[in-house]
Amino acid sequence: MKINVTVNNRERVFDISPDEYLLDTLREHGFLSVKRGCDNSSCGVCTVLLDNKPVASCTLLTIKTEGCHITTVEGISKDAEKLSEHMGDEGADQCGFCNPSLALTMYALKQENPHPTDDEIKKYLVGNLCRCTGYQSQVISIRKCLEDDE
Amino acid sequence: MKIKNYYKTSNLEDAYKMLLDDKQNIIIGGGAWLKLTKKIVETAIDITPANLNEIIETKDSIEIGAMTSLHQIEINKALQSHCNGILCEAISHIMGMGIRNIATIGGSVMGKYSFSDILTPLLVMDTSLVFHNYGEISLEEFMNIKRFDKDILVRVIIKKDNRKGYFHKVQKTALDFAVINFAVSKKNKIRIFVGSRPSIAIEPLKAVEYINNQKVVNDEVIATTASIAANEMKLGSNSRAGSEYRKSLVEVYIKRGLKEVMSNEN
Repeated sequence: MKINVTVNNRERVFDISPDEYLLDTLREHGFLSVKRGCDNSSCGVCTVLLDNKPVASCTLLTIKTEGCHITTVEGISKDAEKLSEHMGDEGADQCGFCNPSLALTMYALKQENPHPTDDEIKKYLVGNLCRCTGYQSQVISIRKCLEDDE
Repeated sequence: MKIKNYYKTSNLEDAYKMLLDDKQNIIIGGGAWLKLTKKIVETAIDITPANLNEIIETKDSIEIGAMTSLHQIEINKALQSHCNGILCEAISHIMGMGIRNIATIGGSVMGKYSFSDILTPLLVMDTSLVFHNYGEISLEEFMNIKRFDKDILVRVIIKKDNRKGYFHKVQKTALDFAVINFAVSKKNKIRIFVGSRPSIAIEPLKAVEYINNQKVVNDEVIATTASIAANEMKLGSNSRAGSEYRKSLVEVYIKRGLKEVMSNEN
């Protein structure tokens, strides 16, 4: 079956099966910044934005996204670049596997709550696991990134 | 889950007819827990276009559309202030934002999941469900019906009654299912529900009857209530905890819950 979606502001038609997950569809179409981690909605590395809200693409049926706007990290490149600079400065970046999902989640947080406390940042990031760092440097990077926008 | 066909409609009557058409047809909520089952579905019916994703506050109640996402509930002001915000609090500890934006209240209720952190707080509030065909039924009655006829949940209604509430989830990590969860509320009567025992949420009836028959609720009454609850409840063991550990938790957290709702009362 065919569905129409918008990915990073570009209209696309995906030919899918009814029980196909968004992660598989996106990766099959070359969006390789959307990573496959646990594949059971625990780690968050497959996060994309669906109409500006973070969702675990490994758990969302592609068919449910018909008519929606999907954003991968390429769609928020300026914000992602800025976060990546802060992460470099704070030593929050090691293997980089979780960075796209972290940038997308931060972007969604900014839309929902432009002035979060550190606790609110941590709570929002609960579903984004990082196997390399200790999270504290990530929170600092995100806070600095959000402060840049003020 | 293997899905052979997918049918999307805004017409609930069409969806209902399609649901009854084949015993392997199902209504699909957010689909967050589909990977937990190996079921083969003939047709998955998606009622997203029916716009059942709103939370409406009326004078007497808060009505939540069945397709409302858990995160919408988590940040809703009316629900944050009702019953000390226990429903929002419970939801805020369910996995990550990526799941809470997918999972719906309808799917969470209809699944009757034993690990549910949503049913436990809903059960201590005055909650009813509205079905397309059946009409309205209390959540408690729905939970007690083992085989409810196939139907479409349209909305969840929570009565606004200035109830005081307490919720606590014991979990080993932020992303894990509950080892056990507790909800306590007080209006005219005290209600206590314990979920993820690891079976589905139930009320310790003897304990609740005992405390509601006391003229004065002091520390001694609270301790006795917690002890009765710990002894009467059927608690099991699984990979998260043993029954003895769960029994200890029941006694501790029911005590804390009761103290919390009684202190709020004062």
